[in-house]
Amino acid sequence: MIEAPDNLKYTEAHEWLRLEDDGTVTLGITDHAQQALGELVFVDVPDAGDSFEVGDACAVVESVKAASDVYCPLAGTVTEANPALGDQPELINSGPYVEGWILRLEPQNPEYLEDMLDAEAYQQLVAGAED
Amino acid sequence: MPFIPHTAEDTAAMLARIGVADIERLFDEIPSGLRVNEFDCIGKGLTEAEISRLMHERASADKQPLCFLGAGAYDHYVPAAVWDIATRGEFYSAYTPYQAEASQGTLQVIYEFQSMVTSLTGLDVANASLYDGASAFAEACLMAVRANRKSESRRILVPRTMHPTYRAVAQTILAGQSLELVELPMRDGRTALSALQALATEEFAAVAVQQPNFFGALEPVDELTDWAHGHGGMLIAVANPIALAVLKPPGKWGADGADIACGEGQPLGIPLSAGGPYFGYMASKESIIRQMPGRIVGRTVDLDGNPGFTLTLQAREQHIRRSRATSNICTNQGLMVTAATIYMSLLGADGLRQAALACHANTRALVEGLTELPGITRAFDAPYFHEAVLRLDRPAPELLGALAAQGILGGYDLSADYPELEPALLVCATEARSGGDIQRYLQAAADLLFESGRATG
Amino acid sequence: MTMTEPIIFEYRGSRRQPFTPLSEVPANLPEDALRQDQLLMPQVSELQVVRHYTRLSQLNYSIDTNFYPLGSCTMKYNPRICNRLAMLPGFLARHPLAPEEQGQGFMQCLFELQQMLQQVTGMAEVSLTPMAGAQGELAGVAMIRAYHLSRGDGDRRQIIVPDAAHGTNPATATMCGCEVVEVATRPDGDLDLDALRTILGPKTAGIMLTNPSTLGVFERQIEAIAAAVHDVGGLLYYDGANLNAILGKILPVDMGFDVVHVNLHKTFSTPHGGGGPGSGAVGVGERLRPYLPVPIVERRDGAYVWADESDRPQTIGRLSTYMGNAGVLLRAYVYLRMLGDEGMQRVADFATLNANYLMTCLAEADFELAFPERRASHEFIVTLKKVTRDTGVKAMDFAKALLDRGMHAPTTYFPLMVPECLLIEPTETESKQVLDAFVASLVELRELAYSDPQQLTTAPHSTPVRRLDDVRAAKHPDLAWRGAPKPTSK
Repeated sequence: MIEAPDNLKYTEAHEWLRLEDDGTVTLGITDHAQQALGELVFVDVPDAGDSFEVGDACAVVESVKAASDVYCPLAGTVTEANPALGDQPELINSGPYVEGWILRLEPQNPEYLEDMLDAEAYQQLVAGAED
Repeated sequence: MPFIPHTAEDTAAMLARIGVADIERLFDEIPSGLRVNEFDCIGKGLTEAEISRLMHERASADKQPLCFLGAGAYDHYVPAAVWDIATRGEFYSAYTPYQAEASQGTLQVIYEFQSMVTSLTGLDVANASLYDGASAFAEACLMAVRANRKSESRRILVPRTMHPTYRAVAQTILAGQSLELVELPMRDGRTALSALQALATEEFAAVAVQQPNFFGALEPVDELTDWAHGHGGMLIAVANPIALAVLKPPGKWGADGADIACGEGQPLGIPLSAGGPYFGYMASKESIIRQMPGRIVGRTVDLDGNPGFTLTLQAREQHIRRSRATSNICTNQGLMVTAATIYMSLLGADGLRQAALACHANTRALVEGLTELPGITRAFDAPYFHEAVLRLDRPAPELLGALAAQGILGGYDLSADYPELEPALLVCATEARSGGDIQRYLQAAADLLFESGRATG
Repeated sequence: MTMTEPIIFEYRGSRRQPFTPLSEVPANLPEDALRQDQLLMPQVSELQVVRHYTRLSQLNYSIDTNFYPLGSCTMKYNPRICNRLAMLPGFLARHPLAPEEQGQGFMQCLFELQQMLQQVTGMAEVSLTPMAGAQGELAGVAMIRAYHLSRGDGDRRQIIVPDAAHGTNPATATMCGCEVVEVATRPDGDLDLDALRTILGPKTAGIMLTNPSTLGVFERQIEAIAAAVHDVGGLLYYDGANLNAILGKILPVDMGFDVVHVNLHKTFSTPHGGGGPGSGAVGVGERLRPYLPVPIVERRDGAYVWADESDRPQTIGRLSTYMGNAGVLLRAYVYLRMLGDEGMQRVADFATLNANYLMTCLAEADFELAFPERRASHEFIVTLKKVTRDTGVKAMDFAKALLDRGMHAPTTYFPLMVPECLLIEPTETESKQVLDAFVASLVELRELAYSDPQQLTTAPHSTPVRRLDDVRAAKHPDLAWRGAPKPTSK
């Protein structure tokens, strides 16, 4: 059983998003994704100011056996990337929804967040894939 | 003679166990219409003695002239121990060291090799090899474009003094990804710094420079490095590893050093061997290692805490990252790297430096001797390492032909690659040439020039 | 058991006698071009070097010392004579830019090798210059692109690869500026032809296939696949990784392929050398002939000459500084001449016999086959998923435990789609005795998996080192020796 907090939105590519009070959106990968990858050894994050369209690769998460692009689910401009991941990529393993966040961005269309999966739908997606 | 060990009894027992009447049945999933009826390719197999005789005949039919030809491949002396050890079966017949516990020999050799390459280049990290100098340069261009986060440009500024084939190979390999090589003109056999001004407002992912360049001349590497960095580009160094025993390493060029260094590894103990197998080396700053192509070995510890070696940072590579890999390279030039590592260990810092200086001195002796002859002058004034360009008063093939008749490989005719220099000849005398060898060249050239001088005079 | 050998830099010794005479002429190089720091290199005697690298060699498993059933790698015996003859002084001393008339013996070998590889693949012409399989792939896809572009068909950028393909296939397509489209494999190991048909279209540049496939079975629908791809204007690329299985039995051209690469370091027994050098000669049918990479050896007026860009204006160009891995080509030439026509077919016969025998023995011993209804080609796949489910012991644990029994591991975790798989390729040069011992070892290991799983999960125990900490290696890269005084790079 994987963890998927109710207050987040999810994508089919196993990313989570959270709308912050200041209008930015925080992005990370889910508990399921970090389990599948195994212990992370490197995370490549974008620079503040980088802009992405939907579907652009905005970060890379790497374990010993796999490397995976994180595809930007919302168009926008990066305001901040998690500075701790440079030295401690394993924060994504220990706390994918807390200390393991990857980046914050200023979304062009925050309303698209509404169309994403909620926790229940995401849990079903993961359960379905494991059958 | 296919080296098959099966006795007739073995074969019969194996077929019985499988439950088929004959081997032919094992191919029954192949549509019968596609099967070859008569396979007629090369005739009957030869015994070892027969092929041995044939190959000795072929090899001895090939002349072994006294070599004063370089142009990217150099006739250095290779100590006996290098290939005696490198062709031990345990190195020769091992696979890529994916199973680390069963490959510590190969892995440690590569780690030592990487250490030596970082030492030669003055950079932080090195890979386990690429195919050769030209393809390594192409990979360096791709790496620079990926690694340069300041620029979206896919253009690389490449001097006309860079080995022409390196530029051609890069063109072939980079065409698919729409990288553009922009030529930087030359003056007096070196990259023309004055040409940079006109390019100051254009954007480049990287600037490349070869040291020594194709003509053997020393480039203004510090200025080029600083210019590249000042204009948001990376600096790709292409350098002869033997020369790096005495020349300033790329990591120390300019204020911040080259970002990537690569080149032909052949001078490090690899025979000329008609062009290959050689190997390409590549080193870079640590900050961009995740953009590096090819295999990399790291030192780590095992379950008991003992030191050991393993392939690492593999998420860059095709077997893991597939279509998003840094390169498609898989097999590299492992055995050549083994030989080069043994070569560098045998020579050590002093030996490499001595070899480099002896090459330089021998080439000087040759160039100074030749330019005393009528009709031969130096084409450029620039300082050179172990190759130099001579301007001739006649087409180069005339001189080369006369030398060939005396068993001398007299150099590289530059007319096809650099028509603007015609007639010009690129010569090289490595540490493997003796004073007597150089005298032979000088005498043969003098005879020709004297002969023709008398004929026309 | 731990057998470690110090890093060469950690030895102290000296070599007084230089290999070549010292220069007495002073250097005439500008001061600002010179190295200012001390070059850090080992400082050792010749005996120290010889002993160190001999000891290191002894830490390796190799074909010469161990059974090496590594699937998709064709680890067959590398005849010593091939090496001996490729290293004759006349070949070794040849400068790559020496005149053609001074290398007719060498060039004749290459010319004949080109012809032999044409025959073996059925292609119209061969270029020997690609230096490894992946470079052969690059040449092949670049030629496919050049062909479409020459016809004003530049929108064809999709390269189709099976989901079970080697990683080099998709990586190559990307290097050539193409888009990778994956096509699924059916449970019986053949390609999903219906899925393929839905992908094919006006954007299809071509498809890259290995046959026998990476799943160790012959693709039975190859004719239908070829027809479907050709019908939409695409071309077929043959990855020659598994040519050993069908040598002299069936030609890639008859399967409908337009371009092939051949791994001389697999099928034609040139050494793997701990990771290379290889050679990935490419062959093409008439359509792609103008685009072959140069140089190519031609015979004109009784002499062998290089054909280059001026002879082949449509060539995709050069891939190596000179003539590819020439010495590897000579080794393959020697091997092929020794085999002869009959020998080549016997290679395929016995490679296939050995694989099917091993597969039968393992099936009888209740190992689960990935494709139990199929013949093995020259290799086959065992899946250990049941053992893993029952005991937690994984394919990787079996692989490591085999090392303890003096055998190299089969390929593990490839193809990616078969869980807990071992891809096993015995090759034709192994005897029944060796194969029987391998079966016995696997049976013993499975018993251990149930009775004492920890023995396997902590294996290997008798190798020079035990399992290595890959996470540490990747997280804190130690990629070069930094002991003693080392020039700090900027």
